[in-house]
Amino acid sequence: MSNALAIARKELKGYFASPIAYIVIGLYALMFGWFFYNLLLYFDRQSMQMAGLGGAGAMNVNEQLIRPVFLNTSVIFLFVLPMITMRTYAEEKRSGTIELLLTSPLTDLQIIAGKFLGAIGLYAAMLAVTVPHVALLFLLGDPEWIPIVITYLGMLLMGGCFISVGLFISSMTKNQIVAVMATFTVFLMLWVINWIASFAGPRTQDILNYLSITDHLDDFTRGVIDTKHLVYYLSFIVFGLYLTMRSVDAERWRG
Amino acid sequence: MIEVQHLTKRYGPLTAVDDVSFKAERGEILGFLGPNGAGKTTTMRVLTGYMPPTEGKAFVAGYDVLEQPLEAKRRTGYLPETPPLYPDMTVRDYLTFCARIKGVPRSERVSRLRTVMERTAIVDVAGRYCGKLSKGYRQRVGLAQALLHNPEVLILDEPTAGLDPKQIIETRRLIKELGGDHTIVLSTHILPEVSQTCNRIVIINRGRVVAVDTPDNLTARLRGSETMYVQLDALGADAEAALSTVPGVTRVSASDRRDGITGFEVESEHGRDVRRELAAAVVGRGWGLLELRPLRMSLEEIFLQVITEDAAAPGAAPEAAHE
Repeated sequence: MSNALAIARKELKGYFASPIAYIVIGLYALMFGWFFYNLLLYFDRQSMQMAGLGGAGAMNVNEQLIRPVFLNTSVIFLFVLPMITMRTYAEEKRSGTIELLLTSPLTDLQIIAGKFLGAIGLYAAMLAVTVPHVALLFLLGDPEWIPIVITYLGMLLMGGCFISVGLFISSMTKNQIVAVMATFTVFLMLWVINWIASFAGPRTQDILNYLSITDHLDDFTRGVIDTKHLVYYLSFIVFGLYLTMRSVDAERWRG
Repeated sequence: MIEVQHLTKRYGPLTAVDDVSFKAERGEILGFLGPNGAGKTTTMRVLTGYMPPTEGKAFVAGYDVLEQPLEAKRRTGYLPETPPLYPDMTVRDYLTFCARIKGVPRSERVSRLRTVMERTAIVDVAGRYCGKLSKGYRQRVGLAQALLHNPEVLILDEPTAGLDPKQIIETRRLIKELGGDHTIVLSTHILPEVSQTCNRIVIINRGRVVAVDTPDNLTARLRGSETMYVQLDALGADAEAALSTVPGVTRVSASDRRDGITGFEVESEHGRDVRRELAAAVVGRGWGLLELRPLRMSLEEIFLQVITEDAAAPGAAPEAAHE
């Protein structure tokens, strides 16, 4: 475990030593701020209208502001997370530092877990940018905090899925551009895969809906922890990391 | 301490290493010598557990690198051809990270780091970014990384490549010093390096071991006859005839000539010292003897000879080179 943490720490430091961390965090902060402000104005106007009709109590900050903000901004991760994962393996292979990792007394699992945790760490830092916005709502209004915590949990799990896919793709190439493009394409597919669901037969529809990573976030943002989604996310992450392990091992045999 | 048994590594149809076996005892410095693409790096990568062999076994400190990789890796320090540095890290951060993943206990980290940095003379760049270092410093930081966990076995892939002459001398001295308590395998295609630093040489060509011996034995084994270099101030033809008549001399050939001074390479029967007779013959004729010295076969010549013999041998391996 301490080995994995040492690698996670190195990965995180690496992100912050290069412009990548600042670019992805800045980009997300900007977009989240924009969405938040936009939806806040909308919420505000609706509240006024409702108050005018004498039904202000029907408005819910969690349901009508926080939830849509997180659902809308989750799309940004499709663009941003490939930039985090592209270097994980590709860069080490290109610069030869992979030789250091593979000849140190580390197991493949420790290396992969370390890289995964490092990327999750940066992702968590991005999510942390949203905390002041949410805190502001606590100052001005009276939102419920449990659904918010569950929303963050869902966001972390969804990010974990994306990162495990990104790691796998990065482990297959030396070229970061290839890694980022391939990862982005796969993310995009996983996002839009259920768009054709309404045209498909009922059985296919269920499968397509089930495969979409972003779809499973919905219940979390409502403040519901459904084991169905939990199992989906966790097994997705484990599968992604397992594929990465196989890929690293295969690379070793190929030489 | 290190044992390689019938190691073979194939990359698809390419055989990079073909049935290589050798041993290195504790404290020994083993030189791995061969032209580029002979399979040196591949053998080292198998030894360090970076890649598995296609066939054969490799043991480091008694541990099979394939069966017990963690135990073997804990006892191995490896400097790859390109030092594996992270350009965004300072030297100190980098070495701290290496110490962590190599399992140096937390309480010893600071002192190990200091020892190693002093030993490789990189203390003055501790705060610099690895990406900004000169080639010489990179190489030394790479070496520091290999020494961090005080491994029993050191595997150095061309440790002096790209260094300036002063750094080369320093690095060789350091390697010799380390030789006492570490077992070292170093690869190089620079011949003087092995004769100066190594106890034993493994010459590898096209993936196969063609000779294993000490530098002295190799020199002696391959020297079929004694050759002297004689320089005198006489005309070529007369002198050649005179030298040829000296008893024991088998062959005389002029090697250089200028301003009435001629140099000859005089070969004599094996084991017979003809220096006195040569000197007498020259002086007796009234010529001036300007130089008389034995010509030893240099390692370059040995190497070329071994490689050529290997190429000429029947059933030589098909073209196979991978670096």
